[in-house]
Parts: sequence; structure tokens; C-alpha cells
Amino acid sequence: MKIAVCIKQVPTREWQPRLDDSKTWIREGDASFEMNEPDAYALEEALRLKEKHSGEVVVCSAGPARVAQVIREALARGADRAIHVEDDALASADAFTTSAALAAAMNDEKFDLVLTGLQSDDQGFAQVGVIMAEKLGVPHATIIMEVQADAGTLRVKKELEGGWFQWVSMPLPAVLTIQSGINQLRYATLKGIMAAKKKEIRKAAALSGLSPRQRIVALSTPEKGKKTQIIGGSPAEAAKELVRKLRDEARVL
Amino acid sequence: MSILVVAEQRDGKLNRASLETIAAAQQLGAEIVVAVCGVNVGGVAAELAAVQVKEVVTVEHAALEAYSPDGFTAALQDAIGQLSPAYVLLPHTYQTRDFAPKLAARMDRAILTDVTAVKMGGAEPAFVRPMFQGKLSAEVVPVGAAPHFVTFQIGAFRADQAATGAAAAPVRALAVTVEASAIRQKSEPPFQQAKQAVDLSQAERIVSVGRGIKEQTNIQIAENLAKAIGAEIAASRPICDAGWLPMERQVGSSGQTVAPKLYLALGISGAIQHLVGMKGANTIVAINKDPDAPIFEVADYGIVGDLFEIVPAIIEAVKS
Repeated sequence: MKIAVCIKQVPTREWQPRLDDSKTWIREGDASFEMNEPDAYALEEALRLKEKHSGEVVVCSAGPARVAQVIREALARGADRAIHVEDDALASADAFTTSAALAAAMNDEKFDLVLTGLQSDDQGFAQVGVIMAEKLGVPHATIIMEVQADAGTLRVKKELEGGWFQWVSMPLPAVLTIQSGINQLRYATLKGIMAAKKKEIRKAAALSGLSPRQRIVALSTPEKGKKTQIIGGSPAEAAKELVRKLRDEARVL
Repeated sequence: MSILVVAEQRDGKLNRASLETIAAAQQLGAEIVVAVCGVNVGGVAAELAAVQVKEVVTVEHAALEAYSPDGFTAALQDAIGQLSPAYVLLPHTYQTRDFAPKLAARMDRAILTDVTAVKMGGAEPAFVRPMFQGKLSAEVVPVGAAPHFVTFQIGAFRADQAATGAAAAPVRALAVTVEASAIRQKSEPPFQQAKQAVDLSQAERIVSVGRGIKEQTNIQIAENLAKAIGAEIAASRPICDAGWLPMERQVGSSGQTVAPKLYLALGISGAIQHLVGMKGANTIVAINKDPDAPIFEVADYGIVGDLFEIVPAIIEAVKS
């Protein structure tokens, strides 16, 4: 089974956002980056499917030169090779642009299965997997918690809201968006890290003439919906004051 | 300017998030058409007709009885072609997330997702949406030809704010073409993984833990607090994914929705998927080491600091 995994590099969870001069994007120079968490689960699922059915796992990423970091990490965890659609403009691209860039670079590979995370921790569109399926002309399913692949068909467990699930079947090739928690992640071994250095990363140019379908006109720190009373002091003082307020003001204790 | 709202129903029951989207549509413009897809949707259409809209259209087809992204994309592309709206608005449900990007891509139109507010007054409406896990808020505008697709975050608008009409809006059937053979997904009936042994929705107090708890053994600290104040223990998704607490204790869009008198969030940053499950709580307390964590945006009381020092101190204070 020939499997593609689309991964994105996003700012780390600890990153404190700062805006650039345009106030429509972040100061990337200040940020440290990591693999988008749902994409890491998609990669793990691809590696498990390969172990079961044999085949190949190709990691695909669209972004500037810096995304080589997460590509190397994916190769170290066990992906066989990579495709990097490299363009500085992809750093802040909308989902249309990213999906078009990835789909164009992946089209000739004729993958049996394309996996990606259900959404990214940066812009959070939750669109790329679904749009890629449309562009590749294959069926899809989203928010997947279990994958059963067998002889040209696919049966997957979709997560619905509020603790409900549903099995859905479709023919291969197909695109799936993977939910965090579908499996337990593995970490790269030293051997994997060494092996990754010899693995192929094919560079592809982004399609020219792509126009985005949305534009950020302003970026800011969100306004607080509620007036939060921040309680200061030592842990003991703050705890005492909180309990007093919960008893006397809010009357919930 | 006409606005099409795509309402969501399952087995003849309206998803209330559809009314939230209608409330958003009423902010954007006056000429609102609501479409509802499926089979036997007459009851849902009648319910929607009570809201102040121009008309309700039923998009019924045998191929739409079970939801599929292929079927809904085909049906709605046809319906949108007939109605030519300037905007197509949908609730940001899991179902919308499954087909709306495909529909927008097929029509080569903009789609803005997870929108929390509409900003009028400029040359064109701008739409507010969270980015970077809620750390930043963006105003975005669609680019390209209409219709523009917009999906609204659950809970961002209130269903009871959708103005009702003086008289029921007219309901009409809209015929669409769907090739059943073009639907590639075959779905089985929905099921619940395990009987929900714990009904957190009825809990009066909840102590909830997030990534800040760091290790499974530290869950005990939160359990001690829960015991001291008579609360149920709950968690954000990553904790349940890791198996530190059972899935049935998960609060958020993929878990339970709760509305206790007191919700104490320990080491929870407040990703939107978590906030939608608990922001209906009466009093929210957040304890987090990061003063910029989005959880503080919904909290009534906050303590910035080390939960491993603060939680034992709270237990102490409760007992004295």
C-alpha cells in the first residue's frame, strides 16, 4: 500500500504570539516550530498500516525551507521518503492554496491512501484534507479514530459529536483526516535519526498563479468575553482568597 | 443580497446549532433562505419556518437519507445554483466540516470556517475567527466571486437570539439531481462506544485537568480536590487520549457538554474544542501557569501559577 501523509509545521504550544509590522501575520522569527499534533497521529497511523500491509509511506509538506525540520522528524520516525513543496508564501497560505500545492505535487504518485490531521494548530481551517480529496478526485472521510484497509476497500470509524461514532466504507484510493488520540505515538530512535539522513526529500515548486480565497485583514489578541478576576499573592493566599470568593461571591461551594 | 443558511438535521430532529447560524445570518442581512437536506424533513422545515426568514426550502432526495459528503455536495451545489445566494452559512459541526470544504472547492469559492463574529461597517463584512489555538483572533474577508461560504462556531451565537417572524415563513420543495451511483461512501448506523456510565452534564461541580497536570500520577492531586469539594473529575481531550482518565470523562466537542455551577480548570489551556464543552458553566475557575492561556478569556476567577502548589493550598483552605 502506497500511503502519503501530509504534515504541517506549526508554532509550538508554548509559543507566545507576537505580530509582525503588517499586523496581519505573526513574527515568524520569534517562533519555534513543531509537527502539527493531529498530523503526527496521521503519520503514526500510516506507519502502522505499512507494517501490516507493507508498502511505502511518503511524507508531504508544503511550506518554506524551515519545514524541513518536521520532514526530517517524520523520516526519522519511519517514513520512507518525502516531498517538500517549498515556497515562502506557503507559510501563511489559506487551505485552498495549500491543498492545491500538495495535490499538484502528489498527483503523479498515484497514492492508494492519503492521511492528514483533521486540522492544524495554527490557522485551524480543518479544510485541507477535504479539499485535497476533491482535487485528487477521490472519496474522503473526516475525523477518523480507526482505519481498516483491505484489498482495495477501506472501512473507517468516524467520530461524531458527543461520544458517537460511525463506520463508513469507501473504495481506495481515498483521503482520511485523522483525529488526535487514534493511536499511541512512537518516537524517533537514534537509528531512525541516522537512517533519515540518507532518505530522499524531493523538492517541488509551488504552482504558479494560485490566488488565495481568503485574506487576513487584522490579527490581534482576542478580547476577553468575561471580566476575569485574577487572584494574586502566594499560593496559600491565592487559594484562601479563591475559596472565600467561591463561598461568598459566587456561592458555589 | 440573499443569504442561504444550510440547516442540519438527523432523523427528523433539528440540530439547534442551525438556529445559531440563522441568528448570525440575521446580523449579516435580511433576505434569508434556509435549506434543509434529507428525507422526510417536513417537520424540521416547519420548525425553521417559525424563525424570521424569507423562506424555507426542503432539499429532499432518496440519496440523502443517510448523510454522505458526496451526496450532500451534489445536492447543495444544485440548490445553490438555483438559489444564487451571496453567502452560504452553515454551523461548524462535524458534518459541515466533512462536506462544506469539498462543496466550496468544487465551486471554486471561498470558505471561512469556525467564525465567531461578523464585523459590519467596512466596505464589506469581515469575519472574526480564532487562530493559533485561540491565542490570536483574526478578521478575515473572502476573496473571489460569490457565493462565499462561512461556517459559525458552535455557541458563538445564541439560538434564542434568532428572531421569530410574525407569521410562519413559506416552505417550498426544491428538486435537485443527485446521482446515487456517484456516492462513494457507505455509512453504517451511528453508535456510542460504551454506555456513558458518568453523566457529567448533571454534575454540580467539576474539577477538570489538562496537559498542565504533566503525568498520570499527578491526576491524584486533582482527584483529592474533587473529593474535598464534592466534584466530579473530568479532563480535556489530550488526557483521555493518553489514557490517564477514561474517554467518558472528556469534556469538549468530541466529549460531553457540561454546565455545572462550578468548573475548575487545572492546567487547561482552553483550546476551542474544550471551551465549547464547558463555557456554559455558571462559575469558571482557571489555574494555569500561562497568563495568556485562552482559558482565562472565559474564566470568572483565575490564578496564574503552579497548580502543584495551588491545588493543595485550595484543599487546605476548603477544609479550614
